[in-house]
Formats: sequence, structure tokens, C-alpha cells
Amino acid sequence: MDANWLDIGPVDQLPALGARTLPVQGGQEIALFRTANGKVFALHNKCPHKQGPLSQGIVHDTTVTCPLHNWRISLLTGEAQGEDKGCVPTIPVKVDGGRIFIARAEALAGAR
Amino acid sequence: MVKEQKEKLVVIGNGMAGCRAVEEILARDPERYDIVIFGAEPRVNYNRIMLSPVLAGDKTFDEIVINDEAWYADNGIELVSGDSVIAIDREGKELRSRSGRTESYDRLLIATGSDPFIIPVPGHDLPGVITFRDLDDVEKMLAAAERGGEAVVIGGGLLGLEAAHGLFLRGMEVTVLHLMPTLMERQLDEAAGFLLKTELENRGQTILTGADTAEIVGESHVEAVKLKDGTEIPADIVVMAVGIRPNVRLALEAGLEVGRGIVVDDDMRTRDPSIFAVGECVEHRGLVYGLVAPLWEMCKALADGCTTGATGYRGSVTSTKLKVSGIDLFSAGDFSGGEDCEDVVMRDAARGIYKRVVLKQDRIVGAVLYGDTADGNWYFDLMRQEEDVSDIREAIIFGQAFASGGGALADPNAAVAALSDDAEICGCNGVSKGSIVSAILDGSGTLDAVRGCTKASASCGSCTNLVEGLLTITLGEDYSGEREVKPMCGCTSFTHEDARRLILEKELKEIPAVMQELHWTTPDGCSSCRPALNYYLLCAWPDEHKEDPQSRFVNERLHANIQKDGSYSVVPRMWGGITNPRELRAIADVVEKYDAGMVKVTGGQRLDIFGIQKEDLPAVWADLNAAGMVSGHAYGKALRTVKTCVGSDWCRFGTQDSTGLGIKMERMSWGSWMPHKFKIAVSGCPRNCAEATIKDFGIVCVDSGYELMVGGNGGIHLRGTDLLCKVETEGEALEFCAAFIQLYREEARYLDRTAPWIERVGLDYVKQRIVEDAEGRSALRDRFLHAQTFLQKDPWAERVAGAEAHLHQHLAEIRPFAAVGAE
Repeated sequence: MDANWLDIGPVDQLPALGARTLPVQGGQEIALFRTANGKVFALHNKCPHKQGPLSQGIVHDTTVTCPLHNWRISLLTGEAQGEDKGCVPTIPVKVDGGRIFIARAEALAGAR
Repeated sequence: MVKEQKEKLVVIGNGMAGCRAVEEILARDPERYDIVIFGAEPRVNYNRIMLSPVLAGDKTFDEIVINDEAWYADNGIELVSGDSVIAIDREGKELRSRSGRTESYDRLLIATGSDPFIIPVPGHDLPGVITFRDLDDVEKMLAAAERGGEAVVIGGGLLGLEAAHGLFLRGMEVTVLHLMPTLMERQLDEAAGFLLKTELENRGQTILTGADTAEIVGESHVEAVKLKDGTEIPADIVVMAVGIRPNVRLALEAGLEVGRGIVVDDDMRTRDPSIFAVGECVEHRGLVYGLVAPLWEMCKALADGCTTGATGYRGSVTSTKLKVSGIDLFSAGDFSGGEDCEDVVMRDAARGIYKRVVLKQDRIVGAVLYGDTADGNWYFDLMRQEEDVSDIREAIIFGQAFASGGGALADPNAAVAALSDDAEICGCNGVSKGSIVSAILDGSGTLDAVRGCTKASASCGSCTNLVEGLLTITLGEDYSGEREVKPMCGCTSFTHEDARRLILEKELKEIPAVMQELHWTTPDGCSSCRPALNYYLLCAWPDEHKEDPQSRFVNERLHANIQKDGSYSVVPRMWGGITNPRELRAIADVVEKYDAGMVKVTGGQRLDIFGIQKEDLPAVWADLNAAGMVSGHAYGKALRTVKTCVGSDWCRFGTQDSTGLGIKMERMSWGSWMPHKFKIAVSGCPRNCAEATIKDFGIVCVDSGYELMVGGNGGIHLRGTDLLCKVETEGEALEFCAAFIQLYREEARYLDRTAPWIERVGLDYVKQRIVEDAEGRSALRDRFLHAQTFLQKDPWAERVAGAEAHLHQHLAEIRPFAAVGAE
């Protein structure tokens, strides 16, 4: 087991074009997204606009649309798309042997 | 072959005036000049007067771009953006830019516009003091609004009020300081200014008139604004919008004659025959203009003089509209009154309407309209034409339709037809009736084509009706009347109607199949087409449809309403608005058990429980289910509520059992997904306590039966219902209601409420399908009831039983140094 990566569960627990949440004790809640072609991404679960829960947005291609005011956030970079300006931190994540691993240091950043 | 040497035209200023002048010249003679445009802002040319809608969030920057990069390239124009001109050498016919570039010219056009005026009070240069002039200013304001807090706008003129409106919509506390006693005193008289002030205050802005700023207070950033009377108003930003002054520095340094602006003659020529000037930087016949309309006229005169032959600019009569949504305000000409002036005034306090027309020697010299500005163009046209209005004077205040003898029902197209050819139709882009008509005659046969060709109605859109009127008058029978229907979204070129038709024809049953067959250009659609397609499929194939939770908006996916803090509100169904002790106890228990922040009685006669976390939703529902309550669908594009009054059981005026009928209606229609939310009400008598005449489907009971009303809406655009028909029995009322819902479900576009849908297809069509065609009605009713057999399952109970459990649970949890994962 690699100490730099945290196993957070099987990838089939994450529906395609869906998202689920990963609370971090003392830190920022993380949203995990899965695109149609099976790629997994992790972002802080807070829209840069008004802190809407991105995990509840609609995922399309590599973008999620925030449920509060329809800001479109790139899953690749965390950047707001189109005219909107703002950025939400992304956390490195990988899928290995059917399980999702998240980068420990970035996931815990800010956690006390 | 030797290329013929063209004259070189250099334009200083890439704003509205500079570019418009170039457009006008190109329209007359595209080959005449080599053109170079210098712009200080690092971007293409955009419609500055539309910055207010950008600030308010009604438009994006892309939507207000007038000429994109392709335009410069296509017309062989060289754009030097982000580099300002710093000196003009008139002897050498050459100019120099900040970056050190020199450029020679044969003709030079100065279109440097104006600069915002900053009152030189102490603190005016603190960070956080913003003007409102260009996109950078808007971006600064948006960034400030993002942080929230308090904004003080100094200046209650057109620009200041638009800035205040935008910041207010963006969530800031806004105070407007205005030196004069009346807002927009140059455009409004006292009465209209008062109505405007009252309306803005009712919306939540603070308006201080007679407020004289003494200083802007702050250490390293603005903190407050202090008035001469000692009042201090806290401020996170201060927007200075007290006026503009012509930007004449270059002209002055080059030794041109400058008064308040750069002095030009009727051909827009300065004292140097090879230098011209247009826009807000010029002074013509002693006048300086700060509005957009004169600019269009100047550019025409300039272009005529530079190409086909001088026609001359004779000055402008101006009119003003305020771009604050929901406030209609129009002002033109002079209304300061005077001895030989007469006023014609109409007030309608209840509707918030004030109209004043000022006459002088039987001619209109000024007009102020508040609340109803439909006749603004007409008054303005009469004023510019200096028409003798003595014949229509008695009726003039009631507007064109009435004054022209047609009464209120006069054909609105006749009003457009009566305008003169040079009457301005589109104020945003300065397009006259004549140019629209000639574009139509040249082959622009649709609204989109006219917009593309002339830009008329392409900016704020408020003149769309006039443009459509011109299409109708000009093309007569040939005008299809329908504007080109837009595609569903950027993912497809198919319209909503096309997609629905093809889903049926091709028997498409799943979203990926639709996207494949209809050549979607994105891999899996977007947040606007996916929910629409999911609805169209469930409506088309009620027996077979498989729900796609990922194509539902969050509220419909979680069967609760998301709130701004990410918690949810929960509304249990109360049939017909009737409840009982058991239900109330269960609700009270839920509120305490889950520490709900608030319980609210809704407009639809239900109780709304606020502040529930998504993880707790299934448990909350289980408790509510246990007391016999099911989902109220307050979150859905679905049947929301059936509101009732107490009816003949209790009320001494009641004519029928409105409560009982309401409950039957709700039992019949709950659970059905629709294009948008759908509200029903049943009132027991014409006193209409259940407010049935602003619902999607309303019933007003009378002694002899039931009046069925449709298409009402109490939202942004208030719309009273239309009478569909009157029926005698409850059974008929239920049948007509079911048929109406099904027609709406099958034919309206997703996210169309019944009101706009009926306005589009016409009440007559709905009557024909529901009232006149008995067989069709009963088939519609049957299809609705069939679909209901699949839809009337309480989604809460399904979730309580474990369906879609992952939606309510975290994937895992991270605690520092340990991860607790899912199985």
C-alpha cells in the first residue's frame, strides 16, 4: 500500500455521470465525479461562486453544472467555464484494480 | 499589376462611435479606404450601453459584442487594441501611440468618447472607488459583489441607477446618493422621479436625495462615505456615476478648437480639414451629447461626407429609457414647462402609471412616461416631426391606438405603420424604420434575418414586437409570423418540437439513443438538454420509461428543494390543503427531531420544513410516511398543489363543494411529471378566495356549475387565466382538467409554463382540442390516466425502502491518518 494514496472504495459505487461526497474531518468536503467514459475526478464540493454543492450538479462531458446558479465547472481544472470567473481546487485521484485512490496530502490539505 | 493606392483612414477609438462610423463608411464604399483603428481597451468593439445588463446578469459579454475579430479581418481593418494614441502631429499627418508606434493618415477620425467625471472629494482615489464606464469597471463591481457587503453609488442619474440595480441584484446592500432632490432630474419631472424612487426603495435599495458627498473615508480601502450633513454610510465599494466629460485631451494638445467638446461642423469636420470627430467627445452647434442616438446620426453624416457626398448633421432630439428590469420609463425633449407650454397629464395610481406630454403651440416638445412606455416611440416621432397635434389633443394622452380612433383594440401593427420612415425603432443600435423595411424588402424575411442584417432588436430586445410588426406589414401574407424557432440548446440543431416528434417517429426510448440518432454534437448533452430529453421520453413512453437520475435537476433527483446553504426543504402533501392533528404532530416531531431551521406555510397551502441534510432525508420521509403523508412534489416540474377554499361545507357564500373537488383533482393528478410546475386551485364562489385565476388550471364554482380557467401565472409575469369553458358537473371538471394537463404535457416545450405555452399556440387552439373535440378530449384524458398508473408511486416511500440509497450517503469519509471506505 502506498502511503501517498488513500483507498476510498470501489469505483462501481460511483454512478456514471454522477457524483458522491467524501467528507474530510476538519477539512473541506470533497466531491467525486465519474464521467460517461468512466474517468474519475475529485474537486472540493464547493462552487467558487456561492459555495453550492457541486456533487449535486449535472455532469456532462468533463464539466459539472452547479445546482444553485448553473455555473459550469471543469472537472479537469476546477475552473469556471464561459463568462464566469473562479476556480475550485482539484485533488489528484486514480482508479486501480476497481478501487478509487485519492492523493492523501491534497485531500487532507487544510485539515487539522 | 500595381495596386491602386487607397486613402488611409485612421480612427482613434474602438468604441461605439468609432466602429459605427467605420461601418457606415464601409456600407457606402467598402473599397475607398485603408482603415486602421486604435483602441485603448484590449478587446473588440462592444455595445457600451449594454454594460448595465451585463452587470445585472441579464447578458454576457459575448452577447454585447458588436463586431468580433472576424469582422475586422473580413473588412481588411487593422485593429490596434490595448495601445492608446498619445499625440497627433498635424503637420506631418502622423500619430504616435503609447507603445511607440507611428502611423500616418490621410484622414483622421477622433472618437475618443468621454471619461467618467470623478468628484474631487478627499478619498476619491482610494482603492474601492470605481467608475462605470467600461468592462473593466463592470468586472471590478462583479468581483466586489462576489464578496458581498455594502455598495454606495454616488449619482442618481441613468448610469448610477443602472449600476445600483446591477449591484443590488448581485446581492449587495445598495445606497444611492443623489445631489438633487429628484432622481434623474435631467430626464424626469418630480412626479415620475418620485414613482421611481418609491419603486426602488420598495425593492430594497436606499435612496438618499439632496445628499452632498463631503468625503470618502478609509485607510487603505474605502470604508464609508461621509455626507456634508455629517451622515456616514458604510461602504465596501463606492461607484462614482456623477457624469461624464468629453475626452478632448488629444485634440487640445494638437491645437484643434475645443470648447466643451471638440468643435465640429455639420460634416463632423474639425477646424483641420483632414481631421474629423464623432460621438461623445464632440461639440456640435454648441451641444455635447452623452447618449447613443445622436452618435448614430453623426456617423451617418460623417460617412456621407467621406464617401457619397455631404448631407450634414443638424443636431439630435434625444430620448431616454432606463434599463432596469421591471421599471418602464421613457423621457424625451423638454418638460421644464414655461409660460407658453401646456401639460397633458394622466395618472393611474393603482397601476403605477404616470404620463405627461408637454405641448407648445400645438406641438409636442416633451414627454415623460412611467409605468407604460408603449407609446414612447409615437410621442417621440410626433415630436421630431413637429407635427401639429391639435386634432388629436383630447385623446393624445391615451396613446396612439386610442388617439387614432381605434380604441384600445386597434391593430398594433397600424401603430408601427403610422410611424415615419426615419422613426427610430431600435434605440440600442440606432436603427430606423426605413432601414428595417429596406432590409426586409432586400430579402430578410425573418426576425433573425433582420437582426443579423440590421442589428435591430438584437441587443435588449425591447423593440422585438415593433420589428415583427414591420415584418408583418411589409411582407403581408408572406410573413410566416413565427420567429425562427431556436434549437434546444448548443448541443443540437433540433428544436424542442423536432426532438419530440422524432422520439415518437423513430421510437427512441433512451437519452443516448436520442443523442445518437439526432446527431448531438456533445458526448452526453448538457444540463439544459438532458432534463428536457428525460421528460420527453417519460411522456412519450409511460409504460417503458426508465428514469435517469443523472438527467434530473438536483431537486427532482433528491425529491426535496435544495437551499442556498446546500440543505433541503421538505413539503409533505396535504390533499386540497386539508390537514389533521396526526399529520401536524408528525410534522412537529420531524422539525424537532431533525432540528429543522424553520417551518413555513407556503402560498399553496402546505407546510415547508427547512434545513434538512441530504443524509437525513430518507429518515424524515419515513417518519412522514408513517403518519400517512406522501411527497408534495414541491420540488418538481410536476403537479404542485391544489389550493382550495372551504366551499359550501362551511362558507355562507359557497356555491359548490370546492374542497371536496380540490381533493379529487389532487388525487387524480399528483405524481405526474410535466414540462414545468403546475398549480391548480378551486374556489367555491366568484369571490375566488383560492386565487384560482392565477393558476395553471383554476376552477371558479358558480351556482350553475364550474367555470374552468387556464393559463394563469402569479410569477414574474403576472397573467390572469383565460376562460376555457363552463361545465355543469364535477365529473366533467375532472375530465377537462385531465385532458388539459395531458395536452400541455404532450405539446409544451420543457420549462414552458402553461401561460407562455397558451400565448404561443393560442387559446382557440386549446379550446378546439379540449372543448370542441369531445373524442379527442376523452382520448387525452385516457392517456393521462394511463400514464398516472405508472407515476403515482410515492417517491419518498421508494427511497425509504432503499432505492437510490447512494444518493443520500457519502462515498466514504476521511479522518486524518485513516480512511473509512465503502464496502
